[in-house]
Amino acid sequence: MKEVIIVKIGMADLNVASGGDSLKTTGLGSCVGLTLHDANQGIAGMAHIMLPSSDIAREGQINIAKYADTAVPELLARLKAGGANLRRLVAKLAGGAQMFAFASGSDSMRIGPRNVESTKLALASYNIPIIAEDTGGNFGRTIEFSSASGILTIRSVQNGVKEI
Amino acid sequence: MELFSNNAEFKMDVLREVGNIGAGHAATALSRLLDKPIDMAVPKVSFIPFEDIADRVGGAEEVVVAIFLRVEGEAPGNMFFLMSQYQARVLLQGLLHFELSEGPEYSEMELSALSEIGNILAGSYLSSLADLTGLPLSPTVPAIAVDMAGAILSYGLVQFGTMGDEALLIDTTFLEDDRQAEGHFFFIPDPESFERLFRALGVPI
Repeated sequence: MKEVIIVKIGMADLNVASGGDSLKTTGLGSCVGLTLHDANQGIAGMAHIMLPSSDIAREGQINIAKYADTAVPELLARLKAGGANLRRLVAKLAGGAQMFAFASGSDSMRIGPRNVESTKLALASYNIPIIAEDTGGNFGRTIEFSSASGILTIRSVQNGVKEI
Repeated sequence: MELFSNNAEFKMDVLREVGNIGAGHAATALSRLLDKPIDMAVPKVSFIPFEDIADRVGGAEEVVVAIFLRVEGEAPGNMFFLMSQYQARVLLQGLLHFELSEGPEYSEMELSALSEIGNILAGSYLSSLADLTGLPLSPTVPAIAVDMAGAILSYGLVQFGTMGDEALLIDTTFLEDDRQAEGHFFFIPDPESFERLFRALGVPI
């Protein structure tokens, strides 16, 4: 049997995996971990999204994996290139926590919920269904996604391990 | 990142000194609270890739106790006091003689005590910074979390996220005299705060 390779996704990074390999990102706080899966082809993609929209970018050359509105089309392009049928893709989401709660909630404090909203909007514009999510709360998550099973495993300090 | 177009080395030195003075006051406060000597490493000032920040405290998944507060005023930013679970217990026992609760969970009382310690330390860091620069700076009420270092620190990087994939942070390590316990102070000024800090300190921009 072939050994499962775990492809590590950094912060503001994205990648795809197939052939039974897995994708993993650690320490999601307010960032959103988006996974896309084509079960027929056994191909999966994951993005570690940090900010809701590239409209707020002040960087010269933007990192498209960082923003919800640019990460989704890029991940779709990478999946298509890998042989995925875009009409069969389903999405799962995790993260988007509010790590610290403050009474005076400025916009940047609400970044987690905004990341989730923007990611959903971007997915909706491509008609990709979200079949499971574990978002919000006030805790960090580490996630791993299997290209074979499409199971998203979520680990957190407070809630242990769960699969969606 | 091209945050400093000129005099970059000199500016980094100035920021290191800012960290030195701020954290020095905080270390003194901690030393008084604990009634034992606290050492402080020379602050590190660096642009580091987001990916590497959590490595400073043992990795993205390392569970830490973090007190976070937002710095408001003329040079806004984020301040974190991060410590290991071990350090947190040393503080609770040494300072407050708490009978520690069993297991990894902290009681409300313990969290509240740790939060207050973080508040005192950050307050002393900030007030020395405000004195030094003459800029009004005030901390928000602190928030506390016991969670993965990566999840916690990434929260403080959002302002930098719009500018690139690196952040400038001033990192000071505290060590107890016997080197048994250590903690980290991270001050992450917002990108727009640097010009005001330099101006206030008379550094040519």
